[in-house]
Amino acid sequence: MDFRLSDDQEALRRGMRELLAARFGPEALRAAVDGAETAGAEAAGGVAGEGTAGERAPGARTAGGGGPCRGVVDRRLWRELGEAGFFALRVPEAAGGVGLGLPEAVLVFEEAGRALLPGPLVATHLAATHRGGDGAEAVPGAAEGRAVVTALEPDGAPLVEHWADADAVLVPEGEGVGVAAPGVVRALPVRAVDPLTPLHWVSGGRPAAVAACGAGAGVLCREAALLTAAQQLGSAWRTLELAVGHARTREQFGRPVGAFQAVQHLCAGMLVRAETARAAVYAAAVTGDEAETCAAKLLADEAAGANARDCLQVHGGMGFTWEAEVHLHLKRAWLRGSQWRTAVAAEEQLAEALLSPRL
Amino acid sequence: MELAYTAEEEEFRAGLRAWLAEVLPALPPRPDPLDWPARRAYDMGWQRRLYDAGYAGLNWPKDAGGQDVTPTQQLIFLEETEAAGAPYVGAGFVGLLHAGPTIAAEGSPEQRARWLPPILRGEQVWCQGFSEPDAGSDLAALRTRAVRDGDSYVVSGSKIWTSHAEVADWCELLVRTDPEAPRHAGISWLALPMDAPGVTVRPLRTLAGSREFAEVFLDEVRVPVANRVGAENDGWRVTMVTLSFERGTAFVGEVVACRRTLRLLAGRAKENGRWDDPVLRRRLGRLHAEFTALWRLIQWNVSEAAHARRRGGSGVPGPGGSVFKLRYSHARQELYDAAADVLGPGALDLDEEWTRERLSSLSYTIAAGTSQIQHNIVAERLLGLPKGR
Repeated sequence: MDFRLSDDQEALRRGMRELLAARFGPEALRAAVDGAETAGAEAAGGVAGEGTAGERAPGARTAGGGGPCRGVVDRRLWRELGEAGFFALRVPEAAGGVGLGLPEAVLVFEEAGRALLPGPLVATHLAATHRGGDGAEAVPGAAEGRAVVTALEPDGAPLVEHWADADAVLVPEGEGVGVAAPGVVRALPVRAVDPLTPLHWVSGGRPAAVAACGAGAGVLCREAALLTAAQQLGSAWRTLELAVGHARTREQFGRPVGAFQAVQHLCAGMLVRAETARAAVYAAAVTGDEAETCAAKLLADEAAGANARDCLQVHGGMGFTWEAEVHLHLKRAWLRGSQWRTAVAAEEQLAEALLSPRL
Repeated sequence: MELAYTAEEEEFRAGLRAWLAEVLPALPPRPDPLDWPARRAYDMGWQRRLYDAGYAGLNWPKDAGGQDVTPTQQLIFLEETEAAGAPYVGAGFVGLLHAGPTIAAEGSPEQRARWLPPILRGEQVWCQGFSEPDAGSDLAALRTRAVRDGDSYVVSGSKIWTSHAEVADWCELLVRTDPEAPRHAGISWLALPMDAPGVTVRPLRTLAGSREFAEVFLDEVRVPVANRVGAENDGWRVTMVTLSFERGTAFVGEVVACRRTLRLLAGRAKENGRWDDPVLRRRLGRLHAEFTALWRLIQWNVSEAAHARRRGGSGVPGPGGSVFKLRYSHARQELYDAAADVLGPGALDLDEEWTRERLSSLSYTIAAGTSQIQHNIVAERLLGLPKGR
């Protein structure tokens, strides 16, 4: 048994961290937020149509009554992620993919969460991973980052992310998962709390599938929960890093605030949450177990949400500003916490699992 | 990222299982938990069986009579013995996990030959004389004085929270040998024979009603200088060599037991109707996540320790054990609070095992370094924050 990362896994993670640092560092994050804000304001003012930064999906859709619903996905970056193997990571090498597994996917999603990379990463990765029965791609171009894919959840709220950017949408139905074109159902834009994750309220029933995704609904939901948890974990590390960095340098009463136990204990608690969540997330990636995935999602949601709050607290007044990065982590953590197994669902499922005889 | 065990590790597990299946049915009945001499006899009997079967001192070096197995094999041993319902280390705790490893690392050849074999064979019990009434979390404030007089030290002072003191043969004792030196630099480590004249043991009753530990009073007790391990005034370093043992794999068996208890709790709740309460169900569901993660965290820490050992390190868990201890001690208290919710009025009945466990769980955030001290360790040693105040 060696639970640590292998050398190859360390290298993969380092590579993804370097790629994201170069292409989506804190300044790019800030620019993306500003861009989304501007686009939102223009759309709200009645200016519809073209995007403001980078390439946009052709024909950003509006449906229902007004409001911003512009996309935020940077298509060029999306293709670069595709070229780096982010989406084709688990596609077999024979089919042109990288041929790695869930543990590796968890590592790159952890890095994406750390950088707050926007876009429907999970659905696009899953659409690329699970081909149809005949070996055909469920969504052509997903693996290369040429297509942007979002997903509806089976029993979740009818909120769907990145609708305006999506070329296709995964629709779990019963045991299977269909692929549908977005835009054929009524979707009302929501003024989303996370500035980099536009949300639509799908109110006109589910779109009819035009193709099939190779994964069953159970597998899709479990993997989506795990990869969402991985992003939460990355976010939890990042807010810990931000808090510790601030506590070391910000001085009050003639010393760094990190010399005060009240602040130290907040930071220590953040590390405990992140390390506990990491153990759960990595274990679920290795075992693929349903209950372990619930545990991973529950603990990673907790780590991301609570660490962002503590990070905010450590930053004092600055933490409450738009300028500080921390609110973006908190808002994204709230969003991800609502996706692919809420705390209620995970806890109920874990409770039920206690009654089943151990395998 | 690999959770599967190697063929060698599985072979170790299979051999252990077979031995446990053979030896456990032949064990005498468990002693009354309040009868310390009986507990000592029982625990030492188990240690002797381990010794005869080659399982004594698994984590000790070979030249100290140990088995020097890998951290992963230690994990397997603790997991399997708990799962099989085997006895815990009990009265052998200090000898096997603190004093023994300290003597193995720092003792002279004569000292090792004198003290280590009886620990491994289950013949002698050690206790720990570290904390004092005025030196708890701030251990370096200890004041028990040892004054050199010829070939002996004359020791006076008092120690507290000493487990197994009533049945111990030896005490690993920290004393102040130089009151003028900076406080960490004036401490020495002595092996105190508990039957020496001037040693008085007064049991302390815990809030759970049991006598788990004691105060030890030392009134001009003569301890031979030959009983000092390490150099005079070097006792702080000698002690720190092995102190983190307690926060490493010491809780493996308990986590295995907690996971079993959680399933029993769910079963009991289903029987008595408490299961219909979604608040309780969700609480148990969250604890399921918690103990699943704690088990994986142990495997993570053991993997780290094994890696460090392969690179020439000691294999002793570092401050990472503090993260585990913080989370586990809290989770254990939550577990037995949830048990009280399942029991309903039974939570007030001391004949319910879970009620007694709920009481004893209160010590977990205090013993072996309070949660507050653990937070300090994490903040300063793992996160690199400035020294606190």
